[in-house]
Amino acid sequence: MTTPSYTPDPTPYVRRDVNPVRILTFTIDGRDVSAREDETILSVARQNGIFIPTLCHLDGLSERGACRLCIVEVKGAPKLLPSCVTLPRQDMEVTTNSDRVADYRRKILELMYSERNHVCSVCVSNGHCELQNLSVVLGMTHVRYDYIYPKHAIDASHERFSVDHNRCVLCQRCVRVCDEIEGAHTWDVMGRGITSRVITDLNQPWGSSETCTGCGKCVQVCPTGALSEKGKSVAEMIKRRQFLPYLQMMRREGRRAVAEGIR
Amino acid sequence: MGQQIVIEPVTRVEGHARITLQLDERGTVTSAQFHVTQFRGFEKFCEGRPFYEMPSLVERICGICPISHSLASAKACDEILGVRIPEPAKKLRRLLNCGEFIQSHALSFFHLSSPDLLLGMDSDPAKRNFLGVLEADRNFALDGIRLRKIGQEIIQGFAGKRIHPSWVVPGGVNQPLTAESRDAMLAMLPEAYDIARRTLQRFKARLEDYREEIRTFANFPSMFMGLVNKEGDLEHVDGVLRFIDAKGRLVADQVNPADYQQYIGEAAEPFSYLKSPYYKPAGYPDGMYRVGPAARLNVCNGCGTSAANQEWAEFIRLERGPVMSSFYNHYARLIEILYSIETMEELLNDPDILSKHVRALAQPNHYEGIGVVEAPRGTLFHHYQVDDHGLITWANMIVATGNNNLAMNRGILQVAQRFINGDKIPEGALNRVEAVIRAFDPCLSCSTHAVGRMPLRIRLIGPDGSVLDEVR
Repeated sequence: MTTPSYTPDPTPYVRRDVNPVRILTFTIDGRDVSAREDETILSVARQNGIFIPTLCHLDGLSERGACRLCIVEVKGAPKLLPSCVTLPRQDMEVTTNSDRVADYRRKILELMYSERNHVCSVCVSNGHCELQNLSVVLGMTHVRYDYIYPKHAIDASHERFSVDHNRCVLCQRCVRVCDEIEGAHTWDVMGRGITSRVITDLNQPWGSSETCTGCGKCVQVCPTGALSEKGKSVAEMIKRRQFLPYLQMMRREGRRAVAEGIR
Repeated sequence: MGQQIVIEPVTRVEGHARITLQLDERGTVTSAQFHVTQFRGFEKFCEGRPFYEMPSLVERICGICPISHSLASAKACDEILGVRIPEPAKKLRRLLNCGEFIQSHALSFFHLSSPDLLLGMDSDPAKRNFLGVLEADRNFALDGIRLRKIGQEIIQGFAGKRIHPSWVVPGGVNQPLTAESRDAMLAMLPEAYDIARRTLQRFKARLEDYREEIRTFANFPSMFMGLVNKEGDLEHVDGVLRFIDAKGRLVADQVNPADYQQYIGEAAEPFSYLKSPYYKPAGYPDGMYRVGPAARLNVCNGCGTSAANQEWAEFIRLERGPVMSSFYNHYARLIEILYSIETMEELLNDPDILSKHVRALAQPNHYEGIGVVEAPRGTLFHHYQVDDHGLITWANMIVATGNNNLAMNRGILQVAQRFINGDKIPEGALNRVEAVIRAFDPCLSCSTHAVGRMPLRIRLIGPDGSVLDEVR
């Protein structure tokens, strides 16, 4: 089965026949590329086969810029910029993989590991984890920061799913998929900075949530073993995300139909 | 006394121990203490984790016998689920366990103990290691490497990975066996059988050379405990507990492992992080019992497989009652390898073994579960309690080595009194003190990266508390 490829989803729906999009040109890693003005640098890079690592980004969900792993260098900008939420400008010069960028990406990964208790060997997602895969891809061999070892409990009150905050990277995919696709907005984030935590409803046990429909989309989009199906043993949790592009396509078609008044 | 010895918890993998020997004015050893100084804390940090994570979590206790921990844990989890696991899953778990017994016993016998046995207790310590064995008798050493490899490949054949696999799950196993794996394993068995047979023949022929070690290696009356099946035969995975006394009389039989707390108490000594379990009705420390290969052969009525059963009959006649010297654990290990190979052959030829029905699914239905198996080193207990959502609230584990703690202490004293006299430790005596521990094959030897030598320190303490000699 082939899944439809990702195309940027402009929301709200804008009639392009009367609002033409500007096309601009810029360079990524020295390559000339062209892009619509409303596309992100990440999207253009992907279309051109240029690899930029991501963690919080997921095709079919809005961009959040939460993980900062997609940072790139832009000539003239003092700071590194997250490519998932940065739009290109005419003649911009983007570098995706300088030593500086690679070093910062590794540091970000290491900080993620140090913030929670990520123990791959006993994790349901071992071998199928995006955080684990990124560590391999980005060449993270060890963590240079002291681990915080926070004490996080598991919420296993839901009948079918559980959330283990020890493994959460705060990518907010669960928050977005629940809000944008399912429409329930059960998940959200509580707290600030390092004390941030995903919560269900008004910070109550998941099993007692009144808005949760039990659809399980949050579990399937979670990049790590933080959200998992109960009863799955170590390394057994393989996430299924095939549904996302279809749902996204249906939503887009629905919006188009409404806008063009053909329903 | 040994007050000045500070026990430093080493939170690493197994393998750190210390021995304190107390001398009187005449220089004779009056007491011996075996300190296991690492603190692992598994019982504590399992709390709060979901029960279905446990089989893999507790595997990390050990790199040699992870299978035993995962099996005991999965059995405890089966009870929490409240399911009767499918027959094929039961057989597959047994088969996996056979692979572990072959590799673990081969490691203990060939890699760790054969330097003492083949080269001699007093031989040059620089050569008294597995490489020395390789030099002295190449074929024997290669047999050992090969046998262990076969055991490990069997584990890989079932579980996909040699160390710390996640194949055993609550309710059964997570993948059925393929015909290719089965055939590959069946093809390995004849070679393993030949190695086990010829090693056993050779060991039996040389028993006379170890007369002094046999006489002093924890050779004293004690109780024995082990699992047996309904017929009273040797059993490693399922089965019931049996206790016998020093005369071989049944003290308790067909004990449901779930009732272990009525029979086993756990004492803690200030000098060691290893708990000292004892037979409750007899009290502490009189209720000292031993577990492990020789204990299992002592308590059972037979092995249930033909070749191993013949060897068992010969073994049990070594002494009039139960075989007391822990030196004979080496002997018993070889018989158990034979038993494991024969059991594998039988189960792999079972027409049901390729069945796809290998896992029972359920929600947690009970608040408590107890799982007991025989690990290569002895009886292993896992006992969990969970809350409404299946999160562990309490865990207790009696690891095989712990069961032997009291006996190991006594065994060290016996060897030390026989071989140490005066304020110097002869090298050969030091090695014998180590070797008596090796005979028990405790789990702390798991991290013996320097093959043939444990990271062990021996201190000789005078009557005034001063350290007379120290050997590292």
